[in-house]
Amino acid sequence: MSQPTLNQYTPVKFSRIYSLGAARGDLTVTNDDIAGPIDSSDEWIRQRTGIITRRRASESLSLMDMAVSASLEAIQNAGIDASEIGAVLFSTITHPHQTPSAAALLADKIGANPAPAFDISAACAGYCYGIAQADALVRSGMAQYVLVVGGEKLSDFIDPTDRTISFLLGDGAGAAIVGPSETPGISPTVWGSDGSHWDAVGMTASLLELRDGTAAWPTLRQEGLTVFKWAVWEMVKVAKKALEVAGITADDLSALVTHQANIRIIDELAKQLAVPDHVVIARDIIYTGNTSAASVPLAMHALLKSGEVKSGGLALEIGFGAGLAFGAQVVVLP
Amino acid sequence: MALSKTEVLAGLAEIVNDETGIATEAVQLDKSFTDDLDIDSISMMTIVVNAEDKFGVKIPDEEVKNLITVDDAVSFITNAQ
Repeated sequence: MSQPTLNQYTPVKFSRIYSLGAARGDLTVTNDDIAGPIDSSDEWIRQRTGIITRRRASESLSLMDMAVSASLEAIQNAGIDASEIGAVLFSTITHPHQTPSAAALLADKIGANPAPAFDISAACAGYCYGIAQADALVRSGMAQYVLVVGGEKLSDFIDPTDRTISFLLGDGAGAAIVGPSETPGISPTVWGSDGSHWDAVGMTASLLELRDGTAAWPTLRQEGLTVFKWAVWEMVKVAKKALEVAGITADDLSALVTHQANIRIIDELAKQLAVPDHVVIARDIIYTGNTSAASVPLAMHALLKSGEVKSGGLALEIGFGAGLAFGAQVVVLP
Repeated sequence: MALSKTEVLAGLAEIVNDETGIATEAVQLDKSFTDDLDIDSISMMTIVVNAEDKFGVKIPDEEVKNLITVDDAVSFITNAQ
């Protein structure tokens, strides 16, 4: 008896981002609101970070609330039914449960149950990691549509007296629907990690130390200058590689959408990358703050909504942060 | 061939000027980056990376906090060549 031939997924040739959705924290927090505990000022914070306000969520607005809101907008704008979603990928570092995943609950809440759903832990690179996986899932034929969400309620994990990162941080969620395309819409992703700098950005303590009473509630911290150096000069190499593998040059871009870490990082990265003047540089950080995994989709959504960039243009998106982890790809704007 | 301290100072002053707009002649050995030149830590890191590139030296991140004056930086670079 001969062995039967297995079926495998039937690949599709191309993928693209169909739509985006966005939700920001419901509170607008000014620099003056937070300057006291870090002995700082509005001027100092603006000069070093570019931030004028950051959006944070009130106690009654959860990470899941923002993720649902962003996801429903993306689903509606994609013109699909939630039941057609073949996978839900939720990138977050602030889901307050070790298990189960935030993605499974999100899938159920938006009507995508029983889609496979899982969380991605790649911090500020998480959304670009998600787009990379969605691209692969769609092109392999494993899923027709994939929902990618980057969402954070970072304000649950900040220390008001911390001068390294807490004052940068905001809350929000960005969502994208990725699906099949007749033309290429997502370039190969340049992604990776560098665990030799595992301690450069992270938490002050582990949950085990919290349990044992040897540490207080863990909050976010970073070695700012080490991260700045890596985020600019190493990420320039990643960005250039992403353009190269996409088969384009910076001149072909409509927009540069970096992780909204700090305006100084964004501007120095753009300078080192020598992007032409016609390329719109996303600076959503000014009024939203740094929202980790949410920052790239939120920034891209804002550029499209304001009309600064048009659907169909090319955008280089690059996320980078704790891990250290990084991911970059060129996408056709939805 | 290794550059002299005077040559390193001139090169460093150009880097500082490019990053901050401070006149090259204001970048003197006895000046403090923070107190006299009002250079913040992020600009300092940019200057350090550009100096590494220009002079072909490695300035470890943990060393940057010890570069208080222009002389500290010029001496470190001169010795590291």
